[in-house]
Amino acid sequence: MAQPSFEAAFKQLEKIVAELESGDPPLETAIRKFEEGMRLARLCSRKLDETEKRISVLMETDDGRVEEHPLRDAEAVKDSES
Amino acid sequence: MDSKTPSGGPSASADPAIPRTVLSVSQLTLKIKQLVEAAFEFIWITGEISNFKIPASGHAYFTLKDAEAQIAAVMFRGVRRTLRFEPRDGLGVVGLGRISVYPPRGTYQIILEYLEPAGAGALQQAFEALKAKLAAEGLFDVVRKRPLPLLPRKIAVVTSATGAVFHDICHVALRRFPSLAIQLVPTAVQGAAAVEAIVRAIALANRDASAELIIVARGGGSLEDLQAFNSEPVARAIAASSLPVVSAVGHETDYTIADFVADLRAPTPSAAAEIVVPMKSELIGRIHHLVDRLHGRLRARMNLYRARIGEMAARLNVTRRRIDETRLRLDDMAARMVRSLQQRFAYQRQRIRWIEARLLAAHPRQRMARMRERLAAQTDHLVLAHRLFVARRRQGLDPLVARLTALNPLAVLGRGYSITRRLADHCVVSDAGSVAAGTDVEILLARGRLKARVTGKRD
Repeated sequence: MAQPSFEAAFKQLEKIVAELESGDPPLETAIRKFEEGMRLARLCSRKLDETEKRISVLMETDDGRVEEHPLRDAEAVKDSES
Repeated sequence: MDSKTPSGGPSASADPAIPRTVLSVSQLTLKIKQLVEAAFEFIWITGEISNFKIPASGHAYFTLKDAEAQIAAVMFRGVRRTLRFEPRDGLGVVGLGRISVYPPRGTYQIILEYLEPAGAGALQQAFEALKAKLAAEGLFDVVRKRPLPLLPRKIAVVTSATGAVFHDICHVALRRFPSLAIQLVPTAVQGAAAVEAIVRAIALANRDASAELIIVARGGGSLEDLQAFNSEPVARAIAASSLPVVSAVGHETDYTIADFVADLRAPTPSAAAEIVVPMKSELIGRIHHLVDRLHGRLRARMNLYRARIGEMAARLNVTRRRIDETRLRLDDMAARMVRSLQQRFAYQRQRIRWIEARLLAAHPRQRMARMRERLAAQTDHLVLAHRLFVARRRQGLDPLVARLTALNPLAVLGRGYSITRRLADHCVVSDAGSVAAGTDVEILLARGRLKARVTGKRD
């Protein structure tokens, strides 16, 4: 199974918390949900860190292909911010 | 102020028919001012700007002219600031204003309250027409609006490669989420080629599809400058985009067709970056908050269960105590029962023993002993009496016995006599004839007897 997106994981986490807070599931279910929630929270945290910073420019070549290049100026922009 | 002033002079003679009313310059100017300003309180005017100047006061002074005439125009600082275009010489404009007479110079001018480039009205009409048309097609419907990803890994920015817009977006976006990827899709944003370029850039970003949403952005400008974003092809390109589109065109007050079609309208490019890119620290905070709630909830559940278990254990203990008590009572009762039985048995046993004793006491043995004693005494007595009696009798008997003995036939036997008897009937044989030969006989001797058979006889 493909890893869920940050958003899917986050929404699932919110749902689990809401379920735990609103309903009164059997303890085993609650514990299972808790563990699932913790797993999703770790996944979300990991996802937040895994994206890589890149600034690029997207162009169409003369023969109609799509090309993406790193953008130097933008790098400068970002460097000036950090 | 009274306009009539008494005056005299020979000039009245020039035309006696005309009353000689003389006004001062001020009076006349005032009259003119009142007339003109009342007559031209709100007028639309069109013309071309020339001699445009802004002195230190910040008010704009220029001339509006057409082929045949010209009029001085003023636009005060506050009004000038609301303009969405930069007025310049040679630009045809349409304005709304009032005529003002300035007595110190004896001049009049138009004070403009609103100004737009000539043709803007037509643009506005075209804008409204296109807006109505696309709205009727449902392109602005809320149901078409796609949700934006909570955390886009990569965003595409369709804007000018030059200018501050892309820089501003990067600045804000990377401040919020430092590891974000940003893709610039460069395009012209104004001028004749802009519409086609923007359409192509949006399509390009969709073909590449590595970004998760598109920001279509342009800085502020006049209605003319924003024209490309009010065009139908751009509107349709946005509507056709597979990636969600956020529009960020012009200033906060500018609404373009692109804004209506886009999935979300941001008031400015910087605001677009803020809306689209989550604050990383905030996301982390939200995750922590959720985790806290998760923990808190489970802890609460656990505590609740723990409390309930404790309570139930206590209740079980009460029951157990009751069982223990019952068991003790049972034991106690059993012991008492056994004890009472034992007592009963002991009592009965004692009773039996007592009865036994009485019985034993009542035993006839002693009586028997006494009787035996009496019996013995009487027996002795009897024996003695008997002996006495016998002795006495014997004393009387002895002479008789002696006499009897003398008469005993058998006594002669001692002298060798014998008696013969038939064996069969013990008849004494005293005659040989009483027996026949062969008869068995018995011969009694003094001592013993003989058995014999008669073998012969003689008479």
